[in-house]
Amino acid sequence: MIEHSFNNIAIGIAFSPKLQANLYEAARLAQSFNATLSMIHVGEESVEKREKITNYLAEFSKKNLKYSIVFKTGNLVEVMMQYLKTYQIDLLVLGALQKEHFFNYSLGSISRKIARLAPCSVLLLIKPSVERVVCQHIVVNGLKSENTPMTILYAFYMANKLNSKRITIVEEINKSTLSIKVKDDATLRKANLQREKLRRKENARVDKILEEIPEDYKSKVKVDKQPIFGKRGYSIGHYAQISRADLLVMNAPEKTNFWNRLFPNDIEYILKELPTDVLIIK
Amino acid sequence: MNIKEFINQLPRNIFSGFVVSLIALPLGLGLAMASEAPPIAGIITAVVSGIVVSVLGGSHVTITGPGNGLVGVLLIAFTTLGFQAAYAAIICSGVLLILLGFLRMGKLSDFFPSSAIQGMLAAIGLIILGKQFHIMLGNRLELDSSLDYLIAIPQTVIGAFHYENIQLTHAALAGVVALLIMIFYGKIRNKYLQLFPAPMWIVVISIATSYFYELVLKEDHPIASDYMIPEIPSGAEIISTIPTPDFGLMNSWPFWSSVIALTLIASIESLLSIKAVDQLDPQKRRSNVNRDLKALGVATIGSGFLGGLNVVTVIARSSVNVNNGGTNRSSNFAHALFLVSFVWLFSSQLTRIPLPALMAILVYTGYKLASPKLIKKIITVGKEQLLIFFVTLLTTLFIDLITGITAGLLITFIIHVFVNKSALLFLRNIGKPNVLMYKESSDNYYLSIKHFCTFLNYYKLKIQLDMIPENQDVILDLSLCQFVDHTVLENLNGYQSIFHKRGGHFEIIGLDMHGADSAHPFALRRLIPGLPFINSNLTKRQKTLKEVAIELQMIYEAEKSRNSDFLQSFKYFQFKKIERVYNRIFNHNKLFKIFDIHYSEGELITKADVKTTMLHIKLDNDIPQFTLDREGFLERIYGLAGFKKIYFKNYPDFSRRFFLLGKKSEEIQDFFSTPLIRFLESNPYYHIESDGNSLLIFRQDRTLGIKEVKGLIDFGKRLHQVLQKPV
Repeated sequence: MIEHSFNNIAIGIAFSPKLQANLYEAARLAQSFNATLSMIHVGEESVEKREKITNYLAEFSKKNLKYSIVFKTGNLVEVMMQYLKTYQIDLLVLGALQKEHFFNYSLGSISRKIARLAPCSVLLLIKPSVERVVCQHIVVNGLKSENTPMTILYAFYMANKLNSKRITIVEEINKSTLSIKVKDDATLRKANLQREKLRRKENARVDKILEEIPEDYKSKVKVDKQPIFGKRGYSIGHYAQISRADLLVMNAPEKTNFWNRLFPNDIEYILKELPTDVLIIK
Repeated sequence: MNIKEFINQLPRNIFSGFVVSLIALPLGLGLAMASEAPPIAGIITAVVSGIVVSVLGGSHVTITGPGNGLVGVLLIAFTTLGFQAAYAAIICSGVLLILLGFLRMGKLSDFFPSSAIQGMLAAIGLIILGKQFHIMLGNRLELDSSLDYLIAIPQTVIGAFHYENIQLTHAALAGVVALLIMIFYGKIRNKYLQLFPAPMWIVVISIATSYFYELVLKEDHPIASDYMIPEIPSGAEIISTIPTPDFGLMNSWPFWSSVIALTLIASIESLLSIKAVDQLDPQKRRSNVNRDLKALGVATIGSGFLGGLNVVTVIARSSVNVNNGGTNRSSNFAHALFLVSFVWLFSSQLTRIPLPALMAILVYTGYKLASPKLIKKIITVGKEQLLIFFVTLLTTLFIDLITGITAGLLITFIIHVFVNKSALLFLRNIGKPNVLMYKESSDNYYLSIKHFCTFLNYYKLKIQLDMIPENQDVILDLSLCQFVDHTVLENLNGYQSIFHKRGGHFEIIGLDMHGADSAHPFALRRLIPGLPFINSNLTKRQKTLKEVAIELQMIYEAEKSRNSDFLQSFKYFQFKKIERVYNRIFNHNKLFKIFDIHYSEGELITKADVKTTMLHIKLDNDIPQFTLDREGFLERIYGLAGFKKIYFKNYPDFSRRFFLLGKKSEEIQDFFSTPLIRFLESNPYYHIESDGNSLLIFRQDRTLGIKEVKGLIDFGKRLHQVLQKPV
């Protein structure tokens, strides 16, 4: 079986009003995974700042949370990347901003850049909370991609660590695979048959991936499959939002080049419009 | 389609083609003359289109021919470009139509706000009415703009009483009589009168009067000859006098502006007609719109080369076709053949029709397009729609059609920005694929729309909706939409009625929280955060809920209820905050009530809002507290309250499928009798919770559609019955 666990969790810290909530979320995660937590602050070190963090984490260190606080100066993005690489961090936690609109969350441009460039998995939190909120429903993508089995495996790993009850695997089927265009009754029938066929094919593919998941992961969660036709990377966010998922687990984009950024695809949509907490597996 | 069926249906199609040709004849002559083309051009148009579109087209019961919407544009083309260049413009617009068909632009008409389209059509109606009104009263005028013609109307009316030439008075009289026939025809129910359509009556009466003067009174015709239909050329003459289109103006702007206007109007009129006729089709077939566009383009090119006008699908003639039993395109073909034979056999009789009588038909159709009733209807939708309507109408009248429809688009967008006080909502989200559709596990289609849904992005929704067979169940959720406009709601209503007719079900949910300014069901709606929940405009769902309540002899109240205490005793709400309970249906003693509920979990930043529908039944006797759930989601929460899982040794399957949690396992095991377990096993799944003396029943995390509400009520009633039986 593929190696899958988070042992070194990092969180970037800005001294914002959300600091406590962000810290609590990261600390709880580190505890669930039995991982060490590194907190990075890009800025001047001061006793005051260090104390503030230590105070917040006092409760967790009683329960044996291993953590370290790092202060660095320089370019935020560069420093972060450097740190993530040298210390072999495997999960980076980032907090999102709430937009002026009432149900939109998005990442700041710097966070977005970090999320894109990070060599490790990234967890984006839209609603960090001091109190623990149970993660009940995880939505994971079932894209036709070589990274998908790994992503789904991680989703099950998360479900088990966080005691989630339900996983929905969403197969986004690109509309362009529907070769038949609906013109009249006859083509409508044909198109729907084709959709049904694609749906079955996708389900079969996902079933194969599910076979590889260890039994003890599967026994405690209810697994659903939901094929949807739509824009890759966008529709799954929309689905996560309406199905009120607590966590969305996604593949990292296969390649990020100049063109991908011009025409936002896959992960870019999600980064701009976070439907819920998002975990990007790399 | 098989050949036998086709032959079986042929006689009735030929008959209905005959009836249609009776209307097409006078209309064709009139529309052509109104466009300043020779009268026969209208007949050529109808004949060519009937033959070409019936062979190549993709719709079933539509009739094609010259359309009234085009009169205004054709008039400009003929007067500014001259004859031969106008025919060249018609041919070019035919090519553009074919192109539109190949580009799958059958959705083109969806990009225009419906009030703007109505404004444009009303302007066209006024142009027709203004121009022809004078001829109808025997006063031929040459004025500059269509507006001048409208202003001159009172003058003509007064003048009609003072003609020195008695022949002109007769002409005016013929016009007025014809107009009266058009107006009162529909109001008189008489078997013999309804034998012919009204325009044909005008033709028949005109010809009969003319013969009466000639043969009985042996007098000259009382109407001046220049107010009669000019000579209709015979078949041979038509062929020898085919105009040669002149493409010399092809690099001038007026030429292309005419071509674009012709194409725009021809496609919009055709697409709107096809959409409307599809709803009339008794066999409920779906038209292949793009194929029809291509066929219309080919027909227009042919018609242009033969001296005819632009071809469009026409709604009035098509509905006559359906009413007279037309079932396939052969009726369109037959209508063309009958027209050929009319012109061939009766060409000399046709010149006995006075022009004013013919123009009365057009004045009437023009009035119909711009009638005050229409304006009244628009006012009820909202004042802003009236603004859109008038901006489009006046711009079209004062400037031209393309500017008019563009102005309509702009003002609609500006109003939307103004209403929402944000242009960002539109600019930021316009490119996003905002429609998500998938099949829910219960096999109905679920669509959710985000951000906003207006004429700007309606086509995205339409593409999805067109992929659903009309006999399926559809739930359209607009709760994530901040703004929904009138165009979309009107179109959705069209879908609703199609689905309803074809055995499906189409429901719109999530609009109940949106505010609207008028009481009309299609008024635009905006989600206003933090505004008091006072709303006198019920949504369609709310109205249907009311009907359901009356049907079940229960009471319906849309307003928010203050009393939500009855829910607090349920463990489910232990950590949830009830925001509001609304859309309640309950029986007289309030023991059985169903309601929409909005509650939130957590506080401040962790707050999550849920809107769903629940059923609450108060029982006569005490029962144990329990909760029945399929997924076991709530195990942990209930664990806190000392609840534990209860197994039934005798019903292993039931125990596997349901999570039954409670404190007093023995009491609960007693309570779950065999009939109750059988009932739960054999019915759709609901989450059921007992607080000791009442039950709370619900299913999903979203508001239920009407059909689902009925299902829930039915489930609750039957469950109640099972519980009341002595164990």
